[in-house]
Amino acid sequence: MIFKTAVEMADALAKKEVSSVELTQSHLDRIAAVDGDVKAFLHVDSEGALAQAAAVDGDRAAGKKVSPLAGIPLALKDVLAQKGVPTTAGSKILQGWKPPYDSTVVSKLKDAGVVILGKTNMDEFAMGSSTENSGYGPTFNPWDLTRTPGGSSGGSAAAVSAFEAPLAIGSDTGGSIRQPAALTGIVGVRPTYGAVSRYGLIAYSSSLDQAGPFGRTVLDTAMLHEVMAGYDSHDATSINAPVPAVVAAAKSGDVKGMKIGVIKQLQGEGYQKGVQTRFTESLDLLASLGAEIVEVDCPSFEFALAAYYLIAPSECSSNLARFDAMRYGLRTGDEGGASAEAVMAATRDAGFGREVKRRIIIGTYALSSGYYDAYYGSAQKIRTLIIQDYAKAFAAADVLVSPTAPTTAYKIGEKVDDPMAMYLGDVATIPVNLAGICGMSLPAGLADEDNLPVGFQIMAPAMQDQRLYQAGAALEAALSSKWGGTLITKAPALAGGTR
Amino acid sequence: MSTLSRDEVAKLAALARIEMTESELVELSSQFGTILDAVARVQELNLDGVKATSHPQPLENIARPDVVQASLSPADALSGAPAQEDQRFRVPQILGEE
Repeated sequence: MIFKTAVEMADALAKKEVSSVELTQSHLDRIAAVDGDVKAFLHVDSEGALAQAAAVDGDRAAGKKVSPLAGIPLALKDVLAQKGVPTTAGSKILQGWKPPYDSTVVSKLKDAGVVILGKTNMDEFAMGSSTENSGYGPTFNPWDLTRTPGGSSGGSAAAVSAFEAPLAIGSDTGGSIRQPAALTGIVGVRPTYGAVSRYGLIAYSSSLDQAGPFGRTVLDTAMLHEVMAGYDSHDATSINAPVPAVVAAAKSGDVKGMKIGVIKQLQGEGYQKGVQTRFTESLDLLASLGAEIVEVDCPSFEFALAAYYLIAPSECSSNLARFDAMRYGLRTGDEGGASAEAVMAATRDAGFGREVKRRIIIGTYALSSGYYDAYYGSAQKIRTLIIQDYAKAFAAADVLVSPTAPTTAYKIGEKVDDPMAMYLGDVATIPVNLAGICGMSLPAGLADEDNLPVGFQIMAPAMQDQRLYQAGAALEAALSSKWGGTLITKAPALAGGTR
Repeated sequence: MSTLSRDEVAKLAALARIEMTESELVELSSQFGTILDAVARVQELNLDGVKATSHPQPLENIARPDVVQASLSPADALSGAPAQEDQRFRVPQILGEE
């Protein structure tokens, strides 16, 4: 049962072929069998998950109407607050912290009867692209345990890819859902900025952060998207509009007459050969389904990476000021009459990892007087140019496409000492975040040179998230019929796990 | 190539309230040149007359009706405190010695 899609599991639950307790227990067993190798989870909440599952089974037995995903297990990125369950954002500074409240996303999951299996590993405060920056050690890619699953939502992506959960939630500030989805051969969506509430999402870069769904199919991902999205009065940037009809779009999957724009700047030099080949093949497939392929020019995208690595660190240097050792989290050096300031500095040294410190320092520099206009100010203007490039491109095309990441999954440790090399992996995903629009990554096949998954990225204008699912479902169906099943069904079996 | 000296990094670390060891200061200062060169690309374009975007959405201040609502209990609010006393957060000294 754990190898089925969430939709198939939901169907089996509705027909009472399996109970949610049984389904949840199978996933907990799977976690026990394979997570020693994958290390997707930071915390497994067996008791809470089984209790939630039993409650859904009770409702169903009593004949109560339950939501479509009721009783389906899910893995939650450790960046979202869940009441009474350890929440660390992958940082030592929050080790042992149990939030006194639920994030809105968690409230919505609970209301829908979704079973939260536990909290997944991530780059500390979502700063990273490989999950190696976690304060609790890396997560390993289920396709090849010597490689990273991408990041920062690497734990969530690995959990879904390793069949430890059919669905997961991540967050995407510069590609942290789409890039790990690409590297682990699954589907991941960053919804439009403001479509999913950020209340209870531990902030990294507030104007870029957005939580979103992972699944093994486009339709599964759409089902979760519909549950987690929607207006929330607790988030001042929440969009007060109906959730786009993503499930209906995923079911239709029709691209006849759809105009698909290929972004000239997001291909070619710097992109691995096998990535480029699978990308071009997918384009040909979409054309054969009746889509019209056009090329679009986005000249300012060349500067997106630079703008992002100023804006995000600037916002993080401000956001992470809250970790001050006073009200919650770690406190060290509080002895012998040490001042609050000294305790703060000692705690932040002990609690933050190298990448977090690096970004706080870059942000502090970029915002300091004398440098503000040259760095942060210029980056904000580049952001305007990127928004304008998108506006022009979307006038010529319904959706835009590119490879999700320039390469397939790299080896653990390969880029950890070279921050700039790591940052370059975000080159194709970052423009979406700067413009506040939505994007999806779905599997395009395996690269010939290394047999590792390649991601195909689809982008759509703000609050047109359904277009991602419409195009994504069409491509997925065409590719699956070619492969005889979705890509993930071709993943190698893990030791300790049967197939 | 841009550079940032060990002392400049130390000053930024102090501003950001992060104590750093000598080796961390030296490592950061050696990595900064590459990172600064990369991000300094934002200065390559002529940006005169381009408006700055701080946020992807037009933001306006939102106030809820002034109605009393349930909030965290003192026990919940203090549940993560590193130290507490008399239903309050206990913090290290914030003023110098008398």
